[in-house]
Amino acid sequence: MAKIIAGIGSSHVPAIGAALDNGKTEEPYWKRVFFGFERSKEWMAKTSPDVAIIVYNDHASAFSVEIIPTFALGCAAEFPPADEGWGPRPVPVIKGHPELAAHIAQSVILDEFDLTVVNKMEVDHGLTVPMSLLFGQRKDAWPCRVIPLAVNVVMYPPPTGHRCYMLGKAIRKAVESYPEDLKVVIFGTGGLSHQISGPRAGLINSRWDKAFLDNLSRNPKKLTRIPHVEYMREAGAEGIEMVMWLIMRGALDDKVEEVYRFYTVPASNTAVGHIILENQRKPPATTRKAAVGKRGAASRSRQAAHRADHRITG
Amino acid sequence: MPRTSQEYDDIPGTFVFDAERSRQGYGINMFCMSLMKEENRKAFKANEAEYLKRFALTGEQRDAILKRDYNRMLELGGNIYFTAKLGATDGHSFQHLAAVMTGSSQQDYADMMLAGGRPVEGNRSKSDKDKSARAKSRAKAKSPAKSKSIARRK
Repeated sequence: MAKIIAGIGSSHVPAIGAALDNGKTEEPYWKRVFFGFERSKEWMAKTSPDVAIIVYNDHASAFSVEIIPTFALGCAAEFPPADEGWGPRPVPVIKGHPELAAHIAQSVILDEFDLTVVNKMEVDHGLTVPMSLLFGQRKDAWPCRVIPLAVNVVMYPPPTGHRCYMLGKAIRKAVESYPEDLKVVIFGTGGLSHQISGPRAGLINSRWDKAFLDNLSRNPKKLTRIPHVEYMREAGAEGIEMVMWLIMRGALDDKVEEVYRFYTVPASNTAVGHIILENQRKPPATTRKAAVGKRGAASRSRQAAHRADHRITG
Repeated sequence: MPRTSQEYDDIPGTFVFDAERSRQGYGINMFCMSLMKEENRKAFKANEAEYLKRFALTGEQRDAILKRDYNRMLELGGNIYFTAKLGATDGHSFQHLAAVMTGSSQQDYADMMLAGGRPVEGNRSKSDKDKSARAKSRAKAKSPAKSKSIARRK
């Protein structure tokens, strides 16, 4: 059986990709950003997933204003990096997992989520920047297969946070009904607070971002009730991208272990947020009840230790 | 038909790209999208007004494009991910566009971002912003209040 083992939240700022591709990672400005992903790369190498479902949004690359799908699932065998005006990013072609993608499409549509199936699609920085941050700069091939899920967050209204969260649950159900043993991780990308349009451009709201990360970890249902206008008001017009993180969160257990968090301001116009949440491995059913209390305490202290090491807030 | 008023219209300095603006700005955004092709960039640069005839634009939209009035383009239905392609065609960085839209110099804008960005306090709503501007003008009764500018972090 395929299984979702962890969720990753990550910003997908285009300038991060440009800094990676143009060898600027050692410049102090960028070092501060990339430093926050060093341990994540180690975590990812150790976790070694077979498939990553990456929830992201297209930025006028694959989709113009001719067709604006709310949820578009990439079911192709491969997805070339898009030319966003400076030539495609020099990263390997992204290999899909058409069999699992088709299975997910069929399952979630019957679960009443009306996805658009996309069999040909280029993918832009929204998808490739988080990949570079978590898998490192790759020359020949990415280490796992990828299923892109493009969400409309460009034209208002995007899907609601609640809808995103419930889609995450439907995706999990789909993955867990796939017969092959596959280790799957799911990415929620975009955000955190930023506004890049109009006279209010440059808006950052670190307090709001940090509360979002706290709730994402421990109280995601609270986030599902945030209306769009609040995202736009508090986290910037483009900060509404953060609803995509709720798809990732919905695909995880209600209780997760936060194994890593990083936050820094700014990268270009944006607050960079990053989190790794793991589903806890369930003990055998007979001992579960007794073990919960102990495990909870151990997990909490482990979590605190992780925080001390890992939480780097800028 | 006048634009239907929306709750988010109260957010200052923000033109939300909603379904209504998407309909209205289709021509602007399709024009910007066309600039992804080198041949189109060349044709546009050779004769801007002539090139714009290929798209369904109102007079106001055409003027905003020719004048590179980026805020006006957003107001008339342009979307930032699309209008940024026009900026790139002109050889400008995104930061340059952000500075233009916010009415500041590129250096000031860059400094503001490095200092943590534009604060949300005083920028949540138009009424909130007015309140904050009034409070400021009371506090600094002797110095002239900058009521026109969007609040910035000190």
